[in-house]
Amino acid sequence: MLKQANAKKSEGMKTRFALLVVALLVVGLLPVAPANAQDWYKGGTNSGAPIRMAAADFKPATGDPQTQPLNTVFNTTLFNDLDNAGIFEMVAKSFYPAGTPGYPQDIKLDAWSNPPPNAAMVAFGNLGVTGGKISVQGWLFDVKNPASPQVLGQQYNEDATPEMARLIAHRFANEIITRLGGIPGPMLSKIYFISDRTGHKEVWQMDYDGGGQQQVTKLGSIALSPRISPDGSRLAFSGLTKDSWQMMMYSFDLGRAVAFPRFPGGNYSPAWSSDGTKIAFASSMGTGASEIYLADASGAGPKRLTTGKTDISPVFNPKTNAQIAFVSGRTGLPQVYVMDADGSNVQRVTDQGYAVSPSWSPNGLLLAFSWVRKYGPGVLGGADIYVMDIASRQIVQLTHDGGRNDFPSWSPDGRHIVFQSNRSGEQIWSVLADGTHLQQLTRTGRNSQPNWSTH
Amino acid sequence: MNYLKRYWLLVLGLLALTLLVSCGKKPVKTPPPPPPVTATLSANPGSIQRGQSATLTWSTTNADDVNMDGNKVDPNGSQSVSPSDTTTYHLHAKGGGGAQDATATVTVTAPPTPTPAPTPRPTPPPVTDEQLFAQNVSDIYFDYDKSDVRADAQATLSRNAEFLKAHPGWKVQIEGSCDERGSTEYNLALGERRADSAKQFLVRAGVSADALKTISYGKEKPVCSASNEDCWQQNRHDHFVLISH
Repeated sequence: MLKQANAKKSEGMKTRFALLVVALLVVGLLPVAPANAQDWYKGGTNSGAPIRMAAADFKPATGDPQTQPLNTVFNTTLFNDLDNAGIFEMVAKSFYPAGTPGYPQDIKLDAWSNPPPNAAMVAFGNLGVTGGKISVQGWLFDVKNPASPQVLGQQYNEDATPEMARLIAHRFANEIITRLGGIPGPMLSKIYFISDRTGHKEVWQMDYDGGGQQQVTKLGSIALSPRISPDGSRLAFSGLTKDSWQMMMYSFDLGRAVAFPRFPGGNYSPAWSSDGTKIAFASSMGTGASEIYLADASGAGPKRLTTGKTDISPVFNPKTNAQIAFVSGRTGLPQVYVMDADGSNVQRVTDQGYAVSPSWSPNGLLLAFSWVRKYGPGVLGGADIYVMDIASRQIVQLTHDGGRNDFPSWSPDGRHIVFQSNRSGEQIWSVLADGTHLQQLTRTGRNSQPNWSTH
Repeated sequence: MNYLKRYWLLVLGLLALTLLVSCGKKPVKTPPPPPPVTATLSANPGSIQRGQSATLTWSTTNADDVNMDGNKVDPNGSQSVSPSDTTTYHLHAKGGGGAQDATATVTVTAPPTPTPAPTPRPTPPPVTDEQLFAQNVSDIYFDYDKSDVRADAQATLSRNAEFLKAHPGWKVQIEGSCDERGSTEYNLALGERRADSAKQFLVRAGVSADALKTISYGKEKPVCSASNEDCWQQNRHDHFVLISH
C-alpha cells in the first residue's frame, strides 16, 4: 500500500484521502453510536451529509452597557465553535433573514428553511447583563420540522466577563455538537504546550481555539514534552535540573509541582495510559542510551521495555492500553514502531524517511505522526503530519505546506489534530482530521509540542 | 588497348613539358615593402595596492619614433610606475612600415586598513585546571543523524583520553548535542547516544567510567543559530566540561 502511494503520489493521495475521510467517519463515529444512540438527533433531512447550520446573532436582552460587548464575544465564539466542529456546513451570516430572533416566538421557520439560507438547524437566543451577571438563553431549532422544531433549550448564568461569555458559548456549542454529532466537541478541552515567551521554555495552557493562554510551570530552565493526565488533574513533563533531565509532575489541584522520583541518566517524553495508572517514558538510566520504560503513575517500579539505542516518544493505544507506539533510530533514521505494552511483539510501521512523534487517536485505530517521507541529501526540512490507519497501514498526508510540522496530538473527539509548525515562526496550529479548517492558535514567542487534553 | 596506352604516354609528355616551362619562368622584380612595425607593452604586476609600484616593459621593432603617452622613450626599455589610481599606459611606435599601438593597464586597489602588527604573545601557561582542561580536551563532531565516532573524532578522543588518564580523579561531563533540523524529542535520544559513544570510546581507551558523566542537550542549547551546514555541523557535537577536580 505504502509503495503504491509513493509511486502515484498526488493521484493516489486524493483517492486515499477520500477513503480516510470515510474511514474517519466510520471508525470515529460508529463505536460511539451504540452507547449514545438515544442522544443522537434523529430527524430532519440529514443523511450523512454535513448539516446546514445557521447561528443567528443573539438578541441583547438588557440595556446594560456590558451587554453589547459581551454579546459580540459570545456570537463570534459560538459561530466559530460550530464552524470548527467539523460536522456542520455553516450558512454564511449574509444569507440570514432580517431581524434577530431572541425567543422561540420570534423565529420564522420558513425564512430560515427556504433558500437562500436553506438551513436545517438554527441556533438562536438572547443575552443580557444585569447587576454584573450575564444570563444567556439559547435554543437549537430544526427549522424543517415545524411540528416539533425545538431540539435544545439551554440557560446559563455566570459573572459578566468576556471569559465567561466565551465559556458559555463553548458550553452551548458543545451541547449542540453532542446532540447532533453524537459525541462532545473539544470546546471545553485544553491544549498544553511549550512556550519560550518568558525567556525560558515553560509549559503553558490554552483553550482549544487558542483563547485564554496562561503559564503553568515556572521552572526557569527548560521544560519539554508536556502530557496531561487523562483526568486533567496532573501534568507530566520533562525538565532540565542542574545536572540532568528528570520527569516532573505538576498538580492542578495543588497549583504546584509535586514530587516525582529521580532516575539516573536522562528521562524524557512521558505518556499516560488512558486509565491514568501507568506512565511510559524514555530513559537512559539502564544502558546510557535512551530506551522505553513503563512505571506506575507515581513513578514507582520503572521497568525497561525496549533495547534500542535511540528509543523515545512512547504513546499508549488509549482504547486498550495494551499497545505502545514509539520512535526508534535502531535501524538508522528514526521510524515509528508499535509494540505490546510489555515490550513484546515490536513492529516497525513506517518504512522510510524520518518518522517521529506518534499520537494515537482516541478510538485506537489511527496514528498521527510527523514524517519527512522522502528523506535524502538536498531534501531536508520538509516534515508533514500524516495519519495512518494501523490495521491497513494506509497513510494519508494531512499538511502540505512544506516547512517542519511536528508533534501532532488528537482532540478528545478525534476530529481535530493540533501540531507545531514553522510555517510562520514556530507556532501551534490546529486542523480538522480531514485536512480542512487549518488555523493558527499561538502568536507570541516560540511555541511547540502541543498536547490535547482527553476531555 | 593499344590506343589507351598511347593516350597515357601523350598525357605524361604534356605534363613534363608544362613543368619545364614553369621552372624556367623568372619572378617579376618589385621594390621590397618597408619592414612592419611591431610594439608590445606589459605591466608587471598588473595589479598593485596604492603606494606600490609596477614595472612597464616594452619592445618595438622597425620603429623610428616611439613614445609612451606622448613622452619619447627608447625603442626597448622598462620603467617603474606607481599610479595612485588604475591607469592604462599607451605605447605608440611609428616607422616606415606604419604605426603600431600597445597598451597595458595597472590596476590599483586600496591598501588594507592598517592593523597593528600582532605582538607575538606566547600562550600563557595554564593557570587553572579548567584552562588546562580546555587546552587539552577538545570537542568532537558528528555526521547528520549519526552517533558513531568519525575518524577525525577518534584522533581527538585519543588525545582527550591521554589527558584524562593523566588526571585521574577529574570528573568530566560529556554533553551531546544535535542540529536544529531533527525533532525535539528524537534529538534528545540522539544527543544521549552521541555522548555515550564518546564515553564508551574513552573507557575503551583506559579512562575510568566513573570519571565520565553524560547528558544530552538535544537541540536545546545550540552554539550556533544560523540555518546552514557550517552551523549545523558546529551543533552536532560532544562538548566536554570539567565538573570536579
